[in-house]
Amino acid sequence: MSKVLGLNGNAAAAHAMRQINPHVVAAYPITPQTDCVERFAEFVSEGLVDTEFVTVESEHSALSACIGAAAAGGRVMTATSSQGLALMWEMLYIAASMRLPIVMMVVNRALSGNINIHCDHSDTMGARDAGWIQLFSENAQEVYDNMIQAVRIAEDMRVRLPVMVTQDGFIISHAVERVELLDDDAVKNFVGPYRPLYPLLDVRNPVTYGPLDLFDYYFEHKRSEIEAIDNCLPVIEEVGKEFGKLSGRSYGLLEEYRLEDAEYTVVALGSTCGTAKEAVDRLRDRGKKVGLLKIRCFRPFPKDEVIRALAPRKGVAVLDRSVVFGGFGGPVFTEIRSALYDLPSRPLVIDFYYGLGGRDVYVEDIEKAFARIEEVVRAGRVEKHIDYLGLRE
Amino acid sequence: MEKPLEIRWHGRGGQGVVTASRILADALLREGKYFQAFPEYGPERMGAPVKAYNRVSSTPIRIHSGVTNPEMVVVVDPTLLGAVDVLEGLAENGTVVANFPGTPADLRNLLHFPSGTVVVVDASRISREILGRVVVNTPILGALCRVLPEVKLENVLEAVKAQFGEKLRAEVVEKNLACLRRAYEEAQIG
Repeated sequence: MSKVLGLNGNAAAAHAMRQINPHVVAAYPITPQTDCVERFAEFVSEGLVDTEFVTVESEHSALSACIGAAAAGGRVMTATSSQGLALMWEMLYIAASMRLPIVMMVVNRALSGNINIHCDHSDTMGARDAGWIQLFSENAQEVYDNMIQAVRIAEDMRVRLPVMVTQDGFIISHAVERVELLDDDAVKNFVGPYRPLYPLLDVRNPVTYGPLDLFDYYFEHKRSEIEAIDNCLPVIEEVGKEFGKLSGRSYGLLEEYRLEDAEYTVVALGSTCGTAKEAVDRLRDRGKKVGLLKIRCFRPFPKDEVIRALAPRKGVAVLDRSVVFGGFGGPVFTEIRSALYDLPSRPLVIDFYYGLGGRDVYVEDIEKAFARIEEVVRAGRVEKHIDYLGLRE
Repeated sequence: MEKPLEIRWHGRGGQGVVTASRILADALLREGKYFQAFPEYGPERMGAPVKAYNRVSSTPIRIHSGVTNPEMVVVVDPTLLGAVDVLEGLAENGTVVANFPGTPADLRNLLHFPSGTVVVVDASRISREILGRVVVNTPILGALCRVLPEVKLENVLEAVKAQFGEKLRAEVVEKNLACLRRAYEEAQIG
């Protein structure tokens, strides 16, 4: 029997962690993630989990402890935000290249400077090339569901990679909504017992992690890491379907909202997708053929599925909640536009930077993005590839 | 999807408006409704004006932007009336629920709000009488109940019990519930 509670995104993540009952959690508090780790620490002190909770002096140490514990052979989780994720940067690559199935909840928050505690995606986008799987969540329910699926995905013997589950800072992390929790036993059965692979604590079968790896084999090891992350798309889909059978909520790599006959599409990640669905409904009521493509899995980038979803459209407006300074558009735009390049006939694509540092995004902003892409298609060419939504100029 | 009803709370840091919005969310959960409860986060300063929000609907709520045009505002601290623009974005036929010692007509004059609905209750006095100190967030929920048909008083009382049951002594919880009931009865609508 599942039960419905009123929880914010942080609490939803903490409950998922309680039900997953990992061997080790090492974390350092940072706004807006703190609330999640505090709640989990309460579960530890109340004896509701068996987890060894390691309080550390920084996020660099948090992820280092996670890497050690995962290499030792344990199921390991952590959580962070913003500067915390930035401080983990060098360890992110090490966790992925050691193929350690760590699950990390990231509450998306802008990077300094200037100091800002509110949502944008610059923290996780800064980690997009580190070899971690990245799943974005639209609401607190998806945070909970993604956390549980992340364990299965990370630990699948065809994957064995770390996974980041993200949620938008404050917008989701601190907003109380209805969240349906599965039974503790249902989650326990779904994630299953942990199966260690080459654990350091198996002293009869000694192994080496993280050795010096120079021009002789480093390149081949990177090649195998590339293949590992590319190969996990079918596993993410499989786990999403199986989770659907358990919960009634199925997950794919993408979510297509009213896209079947859409001429114009917005592409977005995270909480903005909910607001964009409202915009789509309003414009559909006015007879506009519009839809939304929500990217749930950003890493690995589901290129083929994106091409399938976007190829028949006339115009695509990408919403980027983080900046690539000096680049040709935001991280989502560059992926989308590049994926569509080989099509014999392809939609026109424009990019909007929006919502940096927690700048609010309204239904009207997304309606503006649709209006602009419609104009671009009518003109038949893109004059301005990158523009802004909700910016004062 | 129906358009959610939107509520904005005004209070001062430390008065518990975020808690009040969460208690309302819990009461709505008990009603089988869909809801959101979220604060406006900034630097947290005791005594500074703060806001919190609720959305209420009988269908799932997908929108995640801030509330700019609420149907209802709830003011838990009377010193905010006139100090901040509590009517900002409120429709002419909107509702103001306030902790206020005067009559609905007095509040209408103070706010220059001749239309819509006004609900007043002297929550500060009620809590001083029952609890011996001023606690404004729980009593005001009683007044809000009078004009929010989506939620029944008994579910708000249950939600308050759930919120404070483990943190406060049973008699203090009882007194909080008494405040809420009294505010429900004394609230004047005009």
